[in-house]
Amino acid sequence: MYVAVKGGEKAIDAAHEWLAEERRGNPEVPELSVGQIAEQLGLAVDRVMAEASLYDRELASLALKQAQGDVIEAVFLLRAYRTTLPRFGASLSVDTGAMHIDRRISATFKDLPGGQVLGPTYDYTHRLLDFTLAAEGKAPAAPTAVPRDETMPRVLDLLADEGLMEREEAPADESGPVPDLTREPLTYPAGRALRLQGLARGDEGFLLSLGYSTQRGYGRNHPFAGEIRQGTVSVEVEVPELGFAIDIGDVMLTECQSVNQFKGDAVRPAQFTRGYGLVFGRGERKAMAMALVDRALRAEELGEAVQGPAQDEEFVLSHTDNVEASGFVQHLKLPHYVDFQAELQLVRSLRAARVAKKEAAE
Amino acid sequence: MSGVEGYNFAYLDEQTKRMIRRALLKAVAVPGYQVPFASREMPLPYGWGTGGIQVTAAVLGADDTLKVIDQGADDTTNAVSIRRFFAKTAGVATTTRTAEATVIQTRHRIPEQPLTEGQILVYQVPTPEPLRWLEPREAETRVLHALGDYGVMQVELYEDIAIHGKIKRAYDYPVEVAQRYMTSPSPIPKFDNPKLSNSPALQLFGAGREKRIYAIPPHTPVRSLDFEDYPFDVDHPGQPCALCGDRASYLDEIVTDDKGSRMFVCSDTDHCAERRGEIPQ
Amino acid sequence: MTALTGDDRLLCVRDLGLDYGNGRGVRDVNFDLWPGEVLGIVGESGSGKTTLLKLLGGQLAPQSGSIRYRMADGTMIDLNTMSEARRRHLGRTELAFVHQNPRDGLRLAVTAGGNVGERLMANGARHYGRIRAAALDWLERVEIETGRIDDRPTTFSGGMQQRLQIARNLVSGPRLVLMDEPTGGLDVSVQARLLDLLRGLVADLGLTVVIVTHDLGVARLLAHRLMVMQGGRVIESGLTDQVLDDPREPYTQLLVSSVLAA
Repeated sequence: MYVAVKGGEKAIDAAHEWLAEERRGNPEVPELSVGQIAEQLGLAVDRVMAEASLYDRELASLALKQAQGDVIEAVFLLRAYRTTLPRFGASLSVDTGAMHIDRRISATFKDLPGGQVLGPTYDYTHRLLDFTLAAEGKAPAAPTAVPRDETMPRVLDLLADEGLMEREEAPADESGPVPDLTREPLTYPAGRALRLQGLARGDEGFLLSLGYSTQRGYGRNHPFAGEIRQGTVSVEVEVPELGFAIDIGDVMLTECQSVNQFKGDAVRPAQFTRGYGLVFGRGERKAMAMALVDRALRAEELGEAVQGPAQDEEFVLSHTDNVEASGFVQHLKLPHYVDFQAELQLVRSLRAARVAKKEAAE
Repeated sequence: MSGVEGYNFAYLDEQTKRMIRRALLKAVAVPGYQVPFASREMPLPYGWGTGGIQVTAAVLGADDTLKVIDQGADDTTNAVSIRRFFAKTAGVATTTRTAEATVIQTRHRIPEQPLTEGQILVYQVPTPEPLRWLEPREAETRVLHALGDYGVMQVELYEDIAIHGKIKRAYDYPVEVAQRYMTSPSPIPKFDNPKLSNSPALQLFGAGREKRIYAIPPHTPVRSLDFEDYPFDVDHPGQPCALCGDRASYLDEIVTDDKGSRMFVCSDTDHCAERRGEIPQ
Repeated sequence: MTALTGDDRLLCVRDLGLDYGNGRGVRDVNFDLWPGEVLGIVGESGSGKTTLLKLLGGQLAPQSGSIRYRMADGTMIDLNTMSEARRRHLGRTELAFVHQNPRDGLRLAVTAGGNVGERLMANGARHYGRIRAAALDWLERVEIETGRIDDRPTTFSGGMQQRLQIARNLVSGPRLVLMDEPTGGLDVSVQARLLDLLRGLVADLGLTVVIVTHDLGVARLLAHRLMVMQGGRVIESGLTDQVLDDPREPYTQLLVSSVLAA
């Protein structure tokens, strides 16, 4: 017999209690501290900060702990927190040319001022499981060296000095408000500034696949990894009362600039163009994918045929946000029985109409 | 300040509420028009009512009484979750009684009991654009709305009749608001469409993920699209509610065993309880 | 044909120009079109004839000149400077555009009846029975079996698709029809049938048409007057027989003789 669907409140409470128990796991295994996550799962923390658009290692680590390591859930937690914070203003543009470099490589020149600096990278590790980590062996101390006392000009600036690389056009009015897609609705066409914002907080997996698709012919744009640099930059804010900028702290960033072919057209001679990627933390894979997609999205501006999904601004920007995507995909598990009931009735009536028609014909 | 420590009344900060209220005013001034708004990230997932929650947060006052329904019922999990959210963050009174509520947030239904002057019905909307399945591009659908160029939807309805003998839309049935904008009523069953028109209540629609707000002001004519010779009509299973006997309410179908037995009961739990004389609480 | 006075011209094109930047485009195009007239535009590929048609149809915006059009109420408006809203409205009422490839002018996922009925519905028709009757009537007129009304154009042959596109355009009784190589891409026998049909429709309905073709046979059969284009300019124009039988320009002579040789 029919039992009214009551008891929702109790069920929800019980589900949450069970979840908390699951999160903790076996109580005989020591509990993970937020500090351990921040120190030892640094790349996961970086990704959460990048996709949540909030640079806060401690909160990102807490979010990861609360989400049992589910990165998208952690991004969601951090964003829901971020949205309640007041926005005091915008910083000055950070100067990645003055970055305190940990890593800097260029695939376009063998050597260059400042040199190639590998930094901490997985690139040349052999992917063999390291059982000494399981045995909690001690990591050997890394050798140290005095940083090269050389400036490290950005590779693309070197090309630009020769006129071979397009110059980035500064916005006509630099004092104008910085667009912020977390505070204004995104409308199309969005333009490059908003586009880059969207990509910078976009899902790494989605951007990776889109960037990959351009390499496989869906909007090919002949990229070279002009330069990848990773390190800390200082963030400065202009305080109106003071009349000058003050340094409010450092952030770790990864920047990737791709060098792409451009055939030239009636107005512009052949030269190189760039794709740009910038993310919080050591998000090198994401920064590279972002640069590929940024360049792909410039197809229309550069008069190239728009043939692949990665070149379609509305497609890319409206599907790159994993918090939006995750919510909407998963909302399918909410009850839909009212609509389903309407569909049931419709299908039954269509079937009945067909039977009636057939019988009338006989 | 009320509810959860560190958060503002009804969760959103006042600046955000003002932004949403400006969008709401514009929406009321241009009935059926989708106003872009700077939808905030909410602590509930996108697709679970973030648009409705933001609209409710922006219109809710301390002496309001809130009712939340999902599928017509007050006790479905998502309704419970949203009602709790506001009970916690705004400390407002909540109710399951349609008549007692000043603000009703809903997903997929309009209450059976006619709404009255002064009530606000807030709809959760997943896809605010009625033309989305015909034209995926936002840039183009906005032009179609601006020009009132809606032939493509009428063709869609023509196709249904040509192929299936009737218009094959059971829910989210498109309407024309105040003789101007084509509008999605959100995924309510078309059974509820007639209640949209000339309602004394204010009807507000919030789509959080798609960042749109729109409205049907009180006493606004709303027409469900149709043909003169194939007029809009509603389906009903043709049986009374097995619990309260109502023959005119929208019914849920409950599967009672694995041998094909079914029973039909009111989807609006408050309406059903009242008819059975079991006023909750 | 009515008397060719300046007062009832349907279309009045002056100094029209569009430069693509690579030497192509159209320049200094001037002509008038009167109601009931069929104007053929001929020339080699690359001569600018399709660009001119797209300018007339509003798919391209000119860099110079004007395209003035007489509305049903007698007022002249510039197609080029009118609002997008008005242009789209004209585009589904008074103007029609028949594409060379019917797939560009049809909705392939919509039935034949829906394709024909769309312009009626876009203009406010809300009676299913009457829309369907009009669709059936037009299918018959373009010689498509009425039993195919609920089939999708993807199941039609190329010739049928083209006839369906014509029906879809003519159903709203347009005052000006623009056609881009309507017989191009079809087999010769199918071409002949379509040409026959077009000639009948033009005569019966008194349509005003601008038709672009590289096929002088098509031009001779359908057009009252011809404009010959070369390198983006109109180099010769006149009555069809006059241009084809007694061409003045050396280029036209070449064009005509190559046809005769074929």
